[in-house]
Amino acid sequence: MKLQSIKWSLLIAILGTLLTLGACGKKAAPPPPPPPPAPPAPTASISVSPSSIQTGQSATLTWQTSNATDVSIDGIGAVQPNGSQSVSPTDSTTYHLTAKGTGGSQEATARLTVTQPPPPPPPPAPTVTDEDLFGQNVKDVYFDYDKSDIRADQQSSIQADVAFLNAHANINFTIEGHCDERGSTDYNLALGDKRASAVKDALTSAGVNASRIKTISYGKEKPFCTESNEACWQQNRRGHLVYQK
Amino acid sequence: MDESARPTSRRWPGRFRGPVIASVLLILLVLCLLLSALSAQDWVKTGTSLGVEKVRLAVPDFKPSNNDPQNAALLTTFNNTLWNDLDVSGVVELVSKSFYPLQVPGQPPEVNFLMWNVPPPNAAMLAFGNLGVAAGQLTVQGWLYDVKNTQSPQILGKQYQDTASDAAARMMAHKFADEIIFRLGGGITGIAETQIYFVSDRTGHKEIWAMDYDGSNQRQLTHLGSIALAPRVSPDGSRVAFSSLTKSGWEIMMYSLDLNRTVSFPHMGGTNLSPAWSGDGTKLAFSSSRAGTPEIYVSDASGGNLHRMTTAKGPDVSPVWNRKTNAQIAFVSGRTGLPQIYTMEADGTNQQRMTDQGYAVSPNWAPNGQFLSFAWVRKYGPGEPGASDLYLMDIASKQWVQLTHDGGRNDFPSWSPDGRHIVFQSSRSGKEEIWTMLADGTKVQQLTFTGRNTQPNWSWK
Repeated sequence: MKLQSIKWSLLIAILGTLLTLGACGKKAAPPPPPPPPAPPAPTASISVSPSSIQTGQSATLTWQTSNATDVSIDGIGAVQPNGSQSVSPTDSTTYHLTAKGTGGSQEATARLTVTQPPPPPPPPAPTVTDEDLFGQNVKDVYFDYDKSDIRADQQSSIQADVAFLNAHANINFTIEGHCDERGSTDYNLALGDKRASAVKDALTSAGVNASRIKTISYGKEKPFCTESNEACWQQNRRGHLVYQK
Repeated sequence: MDESARPTSRRWPGRFRGPVIASVLLILLVLCLLLSALSAQDWVKTGTSLGVEKVRLAVPDFKPSNNDPQNAALLTTFNNTLWNDLDVSGVVELVSKSFYPLQVPGQPPEVNFLMWNVPPPNAAMLAFGNLGVAAGQLTVQGWLYDVKNTQSPQILGKQYQDTASDAAARMMAHKFADEIIFRLGGGITGIAETQIYFVSDRTGHKEIWAMDYDGSNQRQLTHLGSIALAPRVSPDGSRVAFSSLTKSGWEIMMYSLDLNRTVSFPHMGGTNLSPAWSGDGTKLAFSSSRAGTPEIYVSDASGGNLHRMTTAKGPDVSPVWNRKTNAQIAFVSGRTGLPQIYTMEADGTNQQRMTDQGYAVSPNWAPNGQFLSFAWVRKYGPGEPGASDLYLMDIASKQWVQLTHDGGRNDFPSWSPDGRHIVFQSSRSGKEEIWTMLADGTKVQQLTFTGRNTQPNWSWK
């Protein structure tokens, strides 16, 4: 009885296996359906010539695509499928071209390197002229109201002037006598004359050759400062030393 | 004030007294202030004919003598010029036009004496006439009538003729005014034809200019493009000496009014300033620093024969001859500090200080040789409210009177040839302009208005 049941079990198992295997094997058997025809993929290329420029120069960007309906370059925008364009970026730029078509999209890049022009050659070292030195070293001499004698606090200016002028004996110069706006025209011209002479005397007595010196009075005709206050007037009461070319 | 208030207060009952006295006192105080303000205008008067009542002169507008279309404009010029000349002369009292009768004469037969010699016009004299252009010729007829003397009224009858122009109309008015002033002013030579030379910066550079004495006809003489200062016309009116900044410094330059150009004058070297003519026109005095400090020199009118007159250390400038005697020179010196007025003999001897304090400059000798006018800041120094005003000093006594009181910086007085007017520079209008006045400080008139105009010099005739 027991053996009988095992036989039946084996039979069912074999049959089941066979049935199963048969069904599965039948399903894999039919050939696959033919695939639809694939559209051609776009192609794209971009180049820049020359690939390196200096700031301010320009380069030509050239690109070709095929099978693309939509071509654009970053930073430029939509472009024709094939073309070229002149560019002159100020900084190094990577031109990124995207060609889109039904067959997909294709990208291409070209890099333009922009270099800074070499700095201009440094100007030749300035030669310091006598006139520059005169302007840097010679000091004007200021006066008290209605006075033409050299003030004690102006002696340092005189000494600086003497030191420079004695060291540059080739320089000729003019001493202009100036006055503030107060008082009368003629008297101020005479006063300015005395101021110019006072500075000249101070310089010549310290060894500056008188033949190098011209004096002129401007009175109150050519003020440095035109406000009516003491600060301005002091600016105008002076012996002004001017380099003579 | 209290005494005049007292009787007023008695009329009022006691209870009103306090406030009434207070208000009366207040009113009197205000009156006093007003009166003192008014009397402050009552400056000292100097000059000739003081206290003499002036002749009342009526000057109705001249009438057109025909229908020429040019008449209207020329009449305006003539009438305005004549009126102004007579007004500023100070010789006559012009009767206000509002008192004139409606019918004014243009010819002697049209004079109705009874309409002029009684109030309201109450004129003693009547100047009238007519003007007309015919065939391009301007003719002016003018009369001066003594309207109180109906039997023999005519004092003056004049006829002028010239090519019709605004300048001709003005000149005829000047000539007629001078005739009237000569007769009514006791022989005073009129100044209506005189000129004033001055410095103007209206072109951008200080150049020498000229104008008629009343400010009309302003014209540029020099075109140096530098700085030209201190013009002084020669006594004969042929040349103007001035000082100009040249390449070699300040030099005396000479402008010929005959040739209308600068003519040569020797360069002196140094700073050369403020030339002045002697009364006979043969010499020039000026300041030169050719030998160091600015000193007074005298040369021939040609610049030759140079003599140094001063030796003081201080700057000596602005010489001016006593034009009456030619024996004295007044000048400015800073030898003791601030500039003062000095006089000396024409040979440099007998140098005398005339001003005792302050800042005194720009002397100018009156034609009579007795007075100096000059600009003076009497109280000078920090904190002093000093103004530069014009003063008049009697040389013999050193007595002075102040002529200007009207503010601004007043400088460079110059006398008219009749000795009755002074032209000067003043900043009272805000910037330096040229003004005239009678020598007593009245009849002040501004002559220039464009740019800055300075250092006027009145012609000698």
